[in-house]
Amino acid sequence: MTKRKKRKIENELVSEDRKKYLKRIKINKTKVFVTQISIAIAFIVIWEVLARMGKIDSFITSQPSRILETFLNLSSNDLLEHLRITCTETLVGFLLGTGLGIIIAIILWLSPFISKVAQPFLVILNALPKTALGPVIIIWVGAGMPAIIVMALAISLIVTILDILNGLMNTDKEKIRMCETFNANKLQILTKIVIPANISTLFNTLKVNIGLSLVGVITGEFLVSKGGLGYLIVYGGQVFKLDLVMTSVIILAIVAALMYESITILEKIIVKTKQ
Amino acid sequence: MNNLNVSKKVLELKNICKTYQAKNGEIEALKNINFNVNEGEFVSIIGPSGCGKSTLLSIIAGLEPKTKGDMYIDGKIGYMLQKDNLLEWRTIYKNVLLGLEIKKNLTEENKNYVIELLKKYGLYEFKDKYPMQLSGGMRQRVALIRTLAIRPNILLLDEAFSALDYQTRLMVTEDIYKILKQEGITAIMVTHDISEAISMSDRVVVLGQRPATVKNIYTIDFEMDNRTPLNCRENPKFSKYFNIMWKELEEYDKEEEKKDRK
Repeated sequence: MTKRKKRKIENELVSEDRKKYLKRIKINKTKVFVTQISIAIAFIVIWEVLARMGKIDSFITSQPSRILETFLNLSSNDLLEHLRITCTETLVGFLLGTGLGIIIAIILWLSPFISKVAQPFLVILNALPKTALGPVIIIWVGAGMPAIIVMALAISLIVTILDILNGLMNTDKEKIRMCETFNANKLQILTKIVIPANISTLFNTLKVNIGLSLVGVITGEFLVSKGGLGYLIVYGGQVFKLDLVMTSVIILAIVAALMYESITILEKIIVKTKQ
Repeated sequence: MNNLNVSKKVLELKNICKTYQAKNGEIEALKNINFNVNEGEFVSIIGPSGCGKSTLLSIIAGLEPKTKGDMYIDGKIGYMLQKDNLLEWRTIYKNVLLGLEIKKNLTEENKNYVIELLKKYGLYEFKDKYPMQLSGGMRQRVALIRTLAIRPNILLLDEAFSALDYQTRLMVTEDIYKILKQEGITAIMVTHDISEAISMSDRVVVLGQRPATVKNIYTIDFEMDNRTPLNCRENPKFSKYFNIMWKELEEYDKEEEKKDRK
């Protein structure tokens, strides 16, 4: 609030040069935005026109108007139901992955011994392509939603642990020492210094995680499910319903963007403009 | 400077030794350190860099164990580090309360004491600001109040002003000196700045090269009534003290160089 007020006052007092400078920045921003929108529109228009002229085969490539139609008939293909399944799986996987990851990272931070013991295992697990575990997970957990959630968890968990642990370890040593001069115990150092100092690390991990959870869920749905956008994409591909595939992909893109954006908004609310 | 005839000892160090264990062997950092500090005194510790001055302070504060020796401390210790280490996600008021929070001593009485300190030292109107909005000198004063909030009677200063630029530093030392005298707090300061040590101290302890021993203890007396760090810099005795200590430290540096050459 105060910052905004200050800026307002500054605006009233600025020189001509300053005004020109600010205007130039604004124009530049608009230019970038307009170009971005134009590229997207041009892409869609060319796609549609080429399909209508028969230059490309819309049976294979689908076409924007048909995607829109499928999109508008959300209920006819049970799109909403599939969307709900995918979102539920992603959110559960994301929350579990983040929660467990943070807890494990904190345990590793608290105990250097456990951390050293776990090091090689974490490195190997991190390097391993988790999708390779797909069949094993299905056999162990059973085909269905739990397997897909475990898949999302497998993909996001290790990265979360490593990222958060790295952040915790790199907390300003001087600040920790300052706390020790008041005879703080390790738990107090954790809650008063280490965790608050790592809020931005946490949010960066959340942003990566939401994407990874989505990857896990779609991969899982490719492998086992009877529902969800991943299932819809595979099914649409097999029966050559390319409109369905494309619509699902676009919905997926929107879902991913919305989830990412909600974390950014959450971050802004929590971090605010304290600095 | 202390006109108390019967000055009470608040700190006594007897044959303090510190040996570090490292992978490539033992490092002897401190060897038979002996000195006392009386109530209300300002004592500085100077010595060649890397001689173990800060280690000594950590041992006094109980942050590090000593290898040998006896230590007697009467009272509560406060510790101030080189950087202010204010937490940028807390307001000034919340920063100042940190020590009390950690010590689980956040009573109304203590909160009022902190508010009083903030008012007394011109920081009250900034209490809802964040550290980023304050100048370096003010931040260091906030750090001091954070330490004073736990009501120590002995304050340890570990190069507490070295991170500030010269101009700010002169002002902050002046401020902090006055605050300490007003609150009647005993101070022990480690510094590499000879003039800072002379300007603030009643006594200066000079340590030699590692393993550090006490080489000399100088009593600083400017025979002035209202002595402050700034006005004693103009006293003719100031440069006299400075030259003696500077030459002494230079000798230790030369000795070290000779050792290295061998």
